[in-house]
Amino acid sequence: MNAGVVIARFALRECVRRRVFLIVGVLTLAFLALYGLGTWQVYRTIDEFGTGLAGVEPPTVAGATLVGLAMFATLFLGAVLAVFLTLGVVRGDAERGLLQPVLVRPISRATLLVARFAAAAAVSGAYVAAVALATMILTWAIGGWWPDRVITPLLGLALGVAIIAALSLAGSVALAATANGIAIFMLFGAGLTAGLLGQVGEALSSDTLQDVARVASWALPFEALYQVGLSQLTADTVGFTRLAIDLGPFGGAESASPLLWVWAIVYLALVGAAAFAGFRRRDL
Amino acid sequence: MGGQPALAVRGLHKCYGSIAALGGVDLEVGEGELVGLLGPNGAGKSTLVKIACGLVRPSAGTATVRGARAGSADAQRSLGYLAELFRFPDWCTADELLALHQQLAGSDGGAAERRDLLARVGLAEVAAQRVGTMSKGMQQRLGLAQALIGDPRLLLLDEPTSALDPAGRRDVRALLEGLRERGVAVLLNSHLLSEVELVCDRVAIIARGELVAAGTPAQLAHAGGVEVETAAGPRVFAQARREDVPRIVRELVAAGDDVYGVRVLTSTLEDAYLEAVDGAGPAVDA
Repeated sequence: MNAGVVIARFALRECVRRRVFLIVGVLTLAFLALYGLGTWQVYRTIDEFGTGLAGVEPPTVAGATLVGLAMFATLFLGAVLAVFLTLGVVRGDAERGLLQPVLVRPISRATLLVARFAAAAAVSGAYVAAVALATMILTWAIGGWWPDRVITPLLGLALGVAIIAALSLAGSVALAATANGIAIFMLFGAGLTAGLLGQVGEALSSDTLQDVARVASWALPFEALYQVGLSQLTADTVGFTRLAIDLGPFGGAESASPLLWVWAIVYLALVGAAAFAGFRRRDL
Repeated sequence: MGGQPALAVRGLHKCYGSIAALGGVDLEVGEGELVGLLGPNGAGKSTLVKIACGLVRPSAGTATVRGARAGSADAQRSLGYLAELFRFPDWCTADELLALHQQLAGSDGGAAERRDLLARVGLAEVAAQRVGTMSKGMQQRLGLAQALIGDPRLLLLDEPTSALDPAGRRDVRALLEGLRERGVAVLLNSHLLSEVELVCDRVAIIARGELVAAGTPAQLAHAGGVEVETAAGPRVFAQARREDVPRIVRELVAAGDDVYGVRVLTSTLEDAYLEAVDGAGPAVDA
């Protein structure tokens, strides 16, 4: 069996044996239950108010806002999973003496990095896609609203957490596990803040804020991918309903150019190359 | 790769920033040879072993394993390694750990190899026990079993008995002797001079990053004089050797002394080690 597959499978088996997946699964069910309860409450309130606002479809505004909120939470949960699966892969494991017995086997350091990335990206990517899809289904089942696009938001989230996993893996080459975890979450927070600034800038027509957001989206593309997903939820929605969504906490998201997807893949490759260059020179 | 030494190190330098860990070491371990690596803490022993494993990059010089550059896949296929400070995933069982290393090493020994290795290190009964529940000594035995996966031709052992009790050390000595009989080369890095003296064919002593002495234990533990117990008390003839004893006794008796006992003094490996490390004496046989 290919050494990379062996390492990836071993990493996943560790998650199973340490009950990582069990805990994540139970807590995710709790999250979905809470989301379902909130959605039910929102739609019940909408029904009580009626649908009398001129030109605005409250179920659509509520659905888009709720799923947008769920995507935000899902991205955060996926980022937590991606970071915790990768934060100590190199320096952390080397300091604990776990890495050396593996690396004296006839496997390259690049193989180890790729295998650990693949395991983390597959798990966290599948996780965010599944949870986001579950929230969409819940919203449809409770409120009858279904997003205009589904695949693009799910792909955006999955690729976003894959980028976070890659950054965390690259950080693990240079930083101790704790420092790396803190650094990646601070980057994550910085990316989300820049995205929010962009949304505010869009609402206020501020070029400066939009420029900041644009630069941040290229430097930290997971945020831009999330924004693309968000915008695609209501890609076909127009008129006052569109305006009402844009004025909400998850409105104002811009759909990026197709170049973003290309850049995200190139970005992954660049982060991977940087991680390998650092790991190759590292004495263990 | 026939005819190549199991491990050949030439002009090996390693600097960590401004600190020179190795300053030009030459060392060879032949096929089936058991070489002990001695030296004080910080002498560069572990660095040398890690370079041979491909875990550390040399600043200058070369290290080859059976002719292949250290760290290359060919070199890694030929060696087994037990680090001084190691840990195995505490959630997996002994058998699972060995199975993982079999897959990584490309060994097709299967369950039979795992059973055999666990039996050889005295862990046959605990194949299903989780690593996290094992004592340090058991984990060290498991580390030895892991190092032996795939029947390596060169074994690099860094303090393999540091956590073992006397019985465990005896078992490891027996294991090493068995490996030597099978033609496996071993580089044994240890602080236990008595252990090295008992099992090693050759000893290399490193101090301050340089090889300061090398040779067989007998070569290093040279003659240290003759002590004669006389009526006037013990007398030491520091330059005398075993063959000088009859002459010395004849001369003492002729001079009227009563001789009650004679002891040929030899320095131990410990004496040789301390002399080499403190004085950085010349290599006997590099």
